[in-house]
Amino acid sequence: MSYFPDSLRINLGIYIDRAIEWLMENFGGFFDAVSAGIIWFLRQIEIIMFFVPWWAVLIIVFLLTWKVINTKAAFVYTIMILLVGCFGLWESMVLTLAIVLSSVVFSMVIGIPLGILMAASNRFNAYTRPVLDAMQTMPSFVYLIPAVLLFSMGKVPAVFATLVYAIPPVMRLTDLGIRNVPREMIEAAHSFGSSSWQTLLKVQLPQALPTIMTGINQTIMMALSMVVVASMIGARGLGLDVLQAIQHLDVGQGFEAGICIVFLAIIIDRLTQSIGGKFKYPK
Amino acid sequence: MTVKLQVEGLTKIFGHNPRAMLEKIEQGLTKETILKEFGHTVGINKVSFTVNEAEIFVIMGLSGSGKSTLIRCLNLLNRPTAGKIKVDGEDIAKYDGKKLKAYRQHKVAMVFQHFGLFTHRKVIDNVAYGLEVRRVPPAERREMAQKVIDIVGLNGWEEMYPNELSGGMQQRVGLARALATDPEILLMDEPFSALDPLIRREMQQELLDIQARLKKTIIFISHDINEAFKLGDRVAIMKDGVIEQLGTPEEILAQPKNNYIKLFVQDIDRSKILQAKNIMVRPNALVSLKDGIKVAIKEMEQAGISSIFVLDQERRLQGLVTIDDAIKALKEHRQIRDILQHTYSTTSPEIYLNELIQIATETKYPIAVIDDEQKLLGIIARVTVLSNLV
Repeated sequence: MSYFPDSLRINLGIYIDRAIEWLMENFGGFFDAVSAGIIWFLRQIEIIMFFVPWWAVLIIVFLLTWKVINTKAAFVYTIMILLVGCFGLWESMVLTLAIVLSSVVFSMVIGIPLGILMAASNRFNAYTRPVLDAMQTMPSFVYLIPAVLLFSMGKVPAVFATLVYAIPPVMRLTDLGIRNVPREMIEAAHSFGSSSWQTLLKVQLPQALPTIMTGINQTIMMALSMVVVASMIGARGLGLDVLQAIQHLDVGQGFEAGICIVFLAIIIDRLTQSIGGKFKYPK
Repeated sequence: MTVKLQVEGLTKIFGHNPRAMLEKIEQGLTKETILKEFGHTVGINKVSFTVNEAEIFVIMGLSGSGKSTLIRCLNLLNRPTAGKIKVDGEDIAKYDGKKLKAYRQHKVAMVFQHFGLFTHRKVIDNVAYGLEVRRVPPAERREMAQKVIDIVGLNGWEEMYPNELSGGMQQRVGLARALATDPEILLMDEPFSALDPLIRREMQQELLDIQARLKKTIIFISHDINEAFKLGDRVAIMKDGVIEQLGTPEEILAQPKNNYIKLFVQDIDRSKILQAKNIMVRPNALVSLKDGIKVAIKEMEQAGISSIFVLDQERRLQGLVTIDDAIKALKEHRQIRDILQHTYSTTSPEIYLNELIQIATETKYPIAVIDDEQKLLGIIARVTVLSNLV
């Protein structure tokens, strides 16, 4: 086990570098356009979020939770959000939420149609599955490399890396939801002369909706778990606060930022799950 | 009687190259060989039959006999491998795209075994689905849906979700959904098999009532011979992808074509299938009102019976004369009309055998079968009623 012949060494790295170079040379314009699009979208979300005053956020969280969960949860979650502000991390939270929200929206816009395609075509499904498996087992740091290569540093590669990391659940569960629609229901739709589009929109998607909502919930949670990693390529927010605390060995600051991420995770998870539950039909 | 649907040499083979298997069938290979050697399943094999307008045509068979495959061919949920399906004389087997959609939207509708209801839609929206697909405006389709909801007795359940309903009610929704598009042909794939026996009987009766009003052409699949014979104007019994026997319930009951059919028919409760008209016979002796007593006595003597029915000139039943009364009357020089008895029982030809049992055990005389105008159609001896039960 002590040595391996040099003659068998393959330099894969060189080819990857070349492929990226080739991509940049030939499709640079495309990536610039994507980059501009992501920036624009992110900017809109940030504008909207910074426009809402802090007390309004508390009220919204309270009312929403009270409506979909219960009064007790409403008080707890409102206090959690209040604490984030008290820790002096309000702006970081908004920046983090903007990145998470953008990534999730892009994941849904890309992931749901791909999931539908996976359900419709067994061949596409067979090709996509191993890719999704690979994407989910790959350490999240790995996504930073192509993201930086394609979009350099900042928020855009952060959104891109988060998107790639968070997209598998929504794709998988859209596929699963549609495939689980009972065969007789599809036959019934066809027997009345529905077109494929009508069957999809009137039967398959509504039936799959609860499952798709679970997928969206998981996608959001994965996006949130990516914030610290994404901060390594220059995305500001709670992740960066944690990262800086680690670099400065500042346990206190690290704990504050860390617990804020946990608060956000709890609130978003419970809220989306409860909202998703509203889409279930009597069984 | 107009022919609504004509199926000719319909074959459906499942597998990756079904057309190649047609040749193998021509060569006389069996279903089993084709499955074992070539991995293809022969669902139905050269089935032919016709269905008349406003008829209930029941296809019955055990599971695996190909009945579900067959009914799914009729709206092309299964695409036939070979053969023709003529609806109003036009072959629909090759329909595609627009034509197929139009055919399914306007001419044919299906009711499913496990209902196939859209659980995310309210009852009313389930019923209106076919109209929605057809792009009927919302107000109009609601009105049309409400009409069929009234017909199937779903009033007051419109705003519920299907899973909040019992099985019987769910299948009513399935039936209403199929009727809503006002199809000419109704395909029913074992619609009542998933229901418990009491509800099933109720639904069968209801289907017959609805059919009496709407007069659709119904193709009904069943694995229950009692259900098949109760509902079917004609019944086709399938086995291994072919029709073993086709005929009216009475024909099949009277002359089962082979042992397989005989086995089926054994289980049947004959008293619920046979009607008075199926077991009545033409009386071999009758007298007219204007005949003399002597004629009556002679008729009875020749036929070896002890009582005889008396008719007027229009064959209307007037009464009954017994041999004892006749002999007494002969001595006293009285007329037939003076000694007429009315203690016998009468029945209409549509009455089922099970309702005649009670009468047969109580009456002394044969049962007279008469129509609405009192005309005598036939008689049923007491012994006939009882012997037909075994």
